[in-house]
Amino acid sequence: MNNPYLPYPVRIESIVTETEDRNLRTFKLVFLNPEDEAKFSYMPGQFAELSVAGLGEIPIGIASSPTEKGFIKFTVNKVGKVTSYLHNMNAGDIMGVRGPMGNWYPWDILQGKNVVIIGGGFAFTTLRSSIVYMLDPANRSKFGEINVVYGARFPGLLLYKDELAAWERRDDIKMHITVDGTDDPNWKYNVGFVPAVTKQKAPSAENAYAIICGPPIMIKFTLPVLTELGFPPDRIISSLEMRMKCGIGICGRCNLGTEYVCKDGPVFTLEKLSQLPNEY
Amino acid sequence: MSGAYISKNKLPGAVTGLLGRYRVFGPVRRGRYHEFAEVRNAEDVDLAYRNTRLSPKGLFHPQGERMFQFSLAAGDPDKGILKEAPKDFSPRVILGIRPCDAKAFHLDDANFDTATIKDPWWVKRREATTLIGLACNHPCSTCFCTSVGTGPFDTSGLDAMLVDTGDGYVVEVLTEKGKAAVEAVSEWETTPTGSAEAIAVLKKSAEESMGKQFDMDAFIGKDMLELFNGAFWEEVQFACINCGTCTFLCPTCWCFDIQDEVCGEQGDRLRMWDSCMFPLFTFHGSGHNPRSQKVQRVRQRFMHKLKYYPDKYHQGVACVGCGRCVSACPVNIDIRQVARLMSAGCVCPA
Repeated sequence: MNNPYLPYPVRIESIVTETEDRNLRTFKLVFLNPEDEAKFSYMPGQFAELSVAGLGEIPIGIASSPTEKGFIKFTVNKVGKVTSYLHNMNAGDIMGVRGPMGNWYPWDILQGKNVVIIGGGFAFTTLRSSIVYMLDPANRSKFGEINVVYGARFPGLLLYKDELAAWERRDDIKMHITVDGTDDPNWKYNVGFVPAVTKQKAPSAENAYAIICGPPIMIKFTLPVLTELGFPPDRIISSLEMRMKCGIGICGRCNLGTEYVCKDGPVFTLEKLSQLPNEY
Repeated sequence: MSGAYISKNKLPGAVTGLLGRYRVFGPVRRGRYHEFAEVRNAEDVDLAYRNTRLSPKGLFHPQGERMFQFSLAAGDPDKGILKEAPKDFSPRVILGIRPCDAKAFHLDDANFDTATIKDPWWVKRREATTLIGLACNHPCSTCFCTSVGTGPFDTSGLDAMLVDTGDGYVVEVLTEKGKAAVEAVSEWETTPTGSAEAIAVLKKSAEESMGKQFDMDAFIGKDMLELFNGAFWEEVQFACINCGTCTFLCPTCWCFDIQDEVCGEQGDRLRMWDSCMFPLFTFHGSGHNPRSQKVQRVRQRFMHKLKYYPDKYHQGVACVGCGRCVSACPVNIDIRQVARLMSAGCVCPA
């Protein structure tokens, strides 16, 4: 019987520091056993449990897209015991990955639709996965217009800066990169909070779905903007964070109403969230 | 087998017969209480008991369990790679378990053994285990199994069931596994005439001694958020001290933690029982805690057992009325009273 608690062994191929404050690092992981990579078949929106023997596990959104072969990527925030240890590991070190876990953004429903992506801070990881997935030549024609609003407090805190710049130059995706504030005279993009920039750019809700991931304060002020633009609750999609352990809907820790955030989520529409207890 | 009856004085012989083919677990007296433990001597099984203080859930979901082991030795090619820990899944019989506790395992299956994900250790232990139950002739004052969809003579969670008819036990075989275990015993005698009628009388009197203490369907049918936002939770949570005793003793509480422990260059990944009663249970790394207040935690336990579980799995509540939490709660919070508050049409102000 397959043991869903057993991690696949992986090797850290590279570690890239994403942010100026050095709290966010992207880990590029390669499976030691090629058959494990085939088993780890995932969709943007899912997460995995990163395992460090002797320290424990942490649930982290998958930042790579399934269209990127040969590796998986995770952007990890340094927050506690396991993440601090991870941040001090080196390329070549061995660790473990369990997954993929959870549900994913509803790609089958999103086909033929316009997609509005709104992200804040380091919640952008699964949104990167989504953008890379949609922009892949095999997939691009399946989706309509893609609008992305992504903001951080200041330029140094944006993730994937090189990729953001590259996407901004493309004509098959509209990037609205913003920072809350900056004194950099060379800053080329927007200045303003994500809710305000969303309101200003006013992406159309016609035949569109919005995927929103970010800190609670950003979500709180952006939801009314989306509602005003005409997005109904069943077309606003978000991803919840919750303390997790098993990640497979058994240990009970992430229970929210009838749902396990790790198994029935973490992706929920606003409509579904409104039916659940407000305990997240 | 020549009959379906065994005299009480022949029971040790029967247990010896089982020991020849299975590991045997039964209620064993420990001081003032009984506990389910492995028996090596047939005389250790004591079926003259009401129920154990601790539920037998530890037989399928150990309080502490080694999941994996790993080496952290520098230069070891397997350094940092988790390996399965050795386990014993040899066939075993749990003898004398009460119908409520057996039903609890069936309710726990919904969590551990799903269509998409299976907990390999729970599933293998369940497959290797035959449950021979003992019907309850004398429920305790804290029992309420008949109010939660089971009963003192409920066979639904069992492979075979014994009924104490005075000088002996009448056995009812329910499954193939039960049949195999019963056939390992050679002491069966002809069932005394009138046994079926005697059993019916015992069953009726046991059920009537408890009566119906609340209406389960009345709160299952209510809107989840209406129950969640009920004003009565303030009253319910007031005395609770979040000691976690209820979750510890409860046969349908399964929540667990996973921790790595290291000693020198070896380590284990362990799982151990945890409790939603504890403040750190839902504490995020960021410092955010969605259930930072006691009222939220107390409400979570009752809502999970009595509303979320039935809504999710459509097989009734995650409670079997064993009454352990009722008798052990140090501040006398009674789940039956909480169920009445949940089902009430209106609640008088305190």
